[in-house]
Amino acid sequence: MSETGIGASVQRKEDFRFLTGQGRYTDDINRPGQLHAYFVRSPHAHATINGINKSAAEAAEGVVAVFTGADMAADNVGSLPCGWVVNDRHGEPHKAPPHFPLARDKARYVGDHVAVVIAETYDAARNAGELVEVDYGELPAVSGTGTALDSGAALLHEEAPGNLCYDWVLGDEAEADAAFAKAHHVTKVDLVNNRLIPNAMEPRAALGDYDGGTDSFTLYSTSQNPHLLKLILCAFVFGLNENKLRVIAPDVGGGFGSKIFCYAEETVCMWASKKVKAPVKWTADRSESFTSDAHGRDHITHAQLAMDENGKFLGMKVDTTANMGAYLSSFSTSVPTYLYATLLAGQYTTPVIFANVKAVFSNTAPVDAYRGAGRPEATYVVERLVEVAAREMGIDPAEIRRRNFIQPDQFPYQTPVALQYDIGDYDASLTKALEMIDYDGFAGRKAASESNGKLRGIGFSSYIEACGIAPSAVVGSLGAGVGLWESAQVRFNATGSVSVFTGSHSHGQGHETTFSQLVADTLGIPIENVEIVHGDTGSIPMGMGTYGSRSLAVGGSAISRACDKIIEKSRKIAAHLMEASVEDVEFENGTFRVAGTDKEKSIAEVAFTAYVPHNYPEDVEPGLDETAFYDPLNFTYPAGVHICEVEIDPSTGVTEIVDWVAVDDFGKVINPMVVEGQVHGGIAQGVGQALLENCVYDADSGQLLTGSYMDYCMPRADDLPSFRVGLTETACTHNPLGVKGCGEAGAIAAPAATINAITNALGILSMDMPASPEKVWRLANEQKMAAE
Amino acid sequence: MYDFNHHRPGSIDAAASALSGADDGKILAGGMTLIPTLKQRLASPSDLVDLGAIGELKGICEEGGAVVVGAMTTHAAVAKDATVKAKIPALAHLAEGIGDAQVRNCGTIGGSIANNDPAADYPAALVGLGATVRTNKREIAADDFFTGMFETALDDGEIITAVAFPVPEKAGYAKFANPASRYAIVGVMVATGPAGTRVAVTGAGPCVFRLSDAESALGSGISADAVANVSVAADGLNSDLHASSEYRANLVNVMLRRAAAAAG
Repeated sequence: MSETGIGASVQRKEDFRFLTGQGRYTDDINRPGQLHAYFVRSPHAHATINGINKSAAEAAEGVVAVFTGADMAADNVGSLPCGWVVNDRHGEPHKAPPHFPLARDKARYVGDHVAVVIAETYDAARNAGELVEVDYGELPAVSGTGTALDSGAALLHEEAPGNLCYDWVLGDEAEADAAFAKAHHVTKVDLVNNRLIPNAMEPRAALGDYDGGTDSFTLYSTSQNPHLLKLILCAFVFGLNENKLRVIAPDVGGGFGSKIFCYAEETVCMWASKKVKAPVKWTADRSESFTSDAHGRDHITHAQLAMDENGKFLGMKVDTTANMGAYLSSFSTSVPTYLYATLLAGQYTTPVIFANVKAVFSNTAPVDAYRGAGRPEATYVVERLVEVAAREMGIDPAEIRRRNFIQPDQFPYQTPVALQYDIGDYDASLTKALEMIDYDGFAGRKAASESNGKLRGIGFSSYIEACGIAPSAVVGSLGAGVGLWESAQVRFNATGSVSVFTGSHSHGQGHETTFSQLVADTLGIPIENVEIVHGDTGSIPMGMGTYGSRSLAVGGSAISRACDKIIEKSRKIAAHLMEASVEDVEFENGTFRVAGTDKEKSIAEVAFTAYVPHNYPEDVEPGLDETAFYDPLNFTYPAGVHICEVEIDPSTGVTEIVDWVAVDDFGKVINPMVVEGQVHGGIAQGVGQALLENCVYDADSGQLLTGSYMDYCMPRADDLPSFRVGLTETACTHNPLGVKGCGEAGAIAAPAATINAITNALGILSMDMPASPEKVWRLANEQKMAAE
Repeated sequence: MYDFNHHRPGSIDAAASALSGADDGKILAGGMTLIPTLKQRLASPSDLVDLGAIGELKGICEEGGAVVVGAMTTHAAVAKDATVKAKIPALAHLAEGIGDAQVRNCGTIGGSIANNDPAADYPAALVGLGATVRTNKREIAADDFFTGMFETALDDGEIITAVAFPVPEKAGYAKFANPASRYAIVGVMVATGPAGTRVAVTGAGPCVFRLSDAESALGSGISADAVANVSVAADGLNSDLHASSEYRANLVNVMLRRAAAAAG
């Protein structure tokens, strides 16, 4: 292994510019004559818009224009689409009420976009925003996931009676009932998967720039997938030829899913730039991020697990209500269905699984994919069930998992919930994790904690995820409106450096490093000679972007394929230069050699020849610039075991995570340091959900009660222990790199591990997230009183 | 934020006159509450009188049996000051636990007590240690200074210049921080010294208050055991998303014991 090749912990190339303040984010970009947008947002969770008087705002200093939903309607601007059609249990498509960029008839959540003011400065726009008079007719609101379907609940959309978006099933209910009828024991849990606010470090921003000379637009946006944004805006929202829009997503400071989607603000900035004939910029302030970024999670679930007398799983039934918020965000419908219920087999051989998911509308911000997207919710269901089952059956939690693991010789393994796992070794990860945490020593550590007045607990999470999203034909058959392949263009420059154009998008993941290692290693060139270009639809082949831990497994595979094409073309050129037949030319570490001779040519020499083809094979085109599109054959299935150990102070209810072991199987690893960083960040987000974070809307008014960092509690370094990370490896069988993806694992595994540890410490079966100090204190006291 | 006139006077007198000359002037100290309030457009003062250039408001000195902290001294400066650490380590500990590093580097003692946020730490220090607030017009005992939620005894235009803390024999501060904001959900200062034996509680109620049961219990010696059974009623305590009044009442007892242990 070279110091910069595959498998090396190369320091991140991109960090120099980020750490020295030289990153270039959307808000750093300014265009001549640029104006600023301020959005007038609904202060009410649910209200009719009876009229909007914009004359005072229009007359205010510095104001160029004020637009409302009526202005966009007059221009035939369409609805923001939801790109995944979920068919309900009767085969009917989900209810898809319109989601206009500026509300037309009603405002449906606090923060809903009602008007936009365009002015010479942001302050002028905001000042004038206060002068826009909106005549609201306040309506009753419903914000709770558990109350949205109540008869008499406020109705959000005429198109969705009873606030039901869909009632969807997966699996055979009768078979599941039959399995349950044979059960020795049935474990039942009621779970709330708390709503989260993504909180990317960089708020969303957009800059729309219309060019009258060519009648075309450039949109700078904080997007995780600029090509997809372009496709949605052109094909669905504006009815615009795709050659008339260029989307640029420059450096982006975190997304976690929330920047996948097509939002109202960027749509309005683009549209308005043509109306006012000037570039229009908007950058969210943090309050707007809280109210209007797509939120995550928000499920209520009743789940049951049937077992025989040995704790062998016979069947699972899961009943979930998922909150979609007020409108359907771009991929919202797929999250609690195809990204959730399909993962309910976990790492286990549960033969029959039945899931019923009802998606509901409520007067809250839209909910969509957030780091893990459906898979954390599934893992939470499975791993809470398994833990409670172990306690009820009196079986050690590690042992009950072992008894039910899919065994290495069972792969490929067809689960009862549609997915086919290609490979894994779940016991290997568990065994390593048990060793690392010193499971045998836990009883001693628990006793030591007890003598200090603390309650110690240990919790497991054996998670699996479906990543490398996704085989296009499969997702197409499930309702996706897009293919989920990825593209890569690998271009040798004449003097030997390489530019790689990838449809993946980095917003913190370290692609510039990992992809460079992959290319440098494959082509045998110095890593400094590789440049990774992403985020500009004007210079990169159509690509699908970054989410679902897909960048390396799908985007990296495309890069690998493009490198293969480069090598194959180069081999022909090298053969010509060395006067050998192509079959006799070998390639290794950047050099072509004629087998059995001392003739050799470096790939850089070949590249130069390709651009200066004075001595060149007749049947080969000049240039060395290859593009590949890679459509995965299957999902990848990263899996592993996380073990959390906590100590609780019963006098305050404070939970301290005292140890955390993560053993993950991500397949082949390109950069272990980058992978470890991803694992750390994922665990931090998962612990955030389990202990700290909670998005709360007032049940009656629908006001967001956790609208700032004063009340919305983000995890911080001192909330977390030093993670101990280990790897096991079963290489993915169906992509050229053997990689699986690592970006979401921590967030998927951590919530269940944390809650399993806390409930273990307290000697109880269940509690809801987040495990706030007061909640834990009350439960600890109840246990103490019960004992006395 | 809305536009305002910005003044940066070089003396206390100049600050007072800038303030009196303004329609609706406000004092800007460290700005840790005022600036976010302005940015959210929740306040629109005509003038801001920035005390940052007045050298005499900054710094810490020993004066007789007291440690005197200038009003514009930052929390970070108090936390690391050698005199404070030597004479009143509980005060240094309290300052070190305020907010986060950025807040401690900008926020000031004068700004904090003038705002009198019910969840701020300093009110517990002032009342618990029996401090005196010095202004450009007079001296005010801490017991009389904090009059209610976000209310103080300060007159319009009155400027805090310093806070004098009598050096205690023993003092300890324990805080249960809001996990989101790191304000005090409950903070308890226990002290005994020239100002008597005093226990002050912040965060739990609408305004800092003294806990007389605890003060009596500690009269014959400062220890956690002495206050083990001191309780407060949940009635009248704050209740919010993070902590009910019942939980706060429990935390008052726990933090009281910890503060007493730290002082003892």
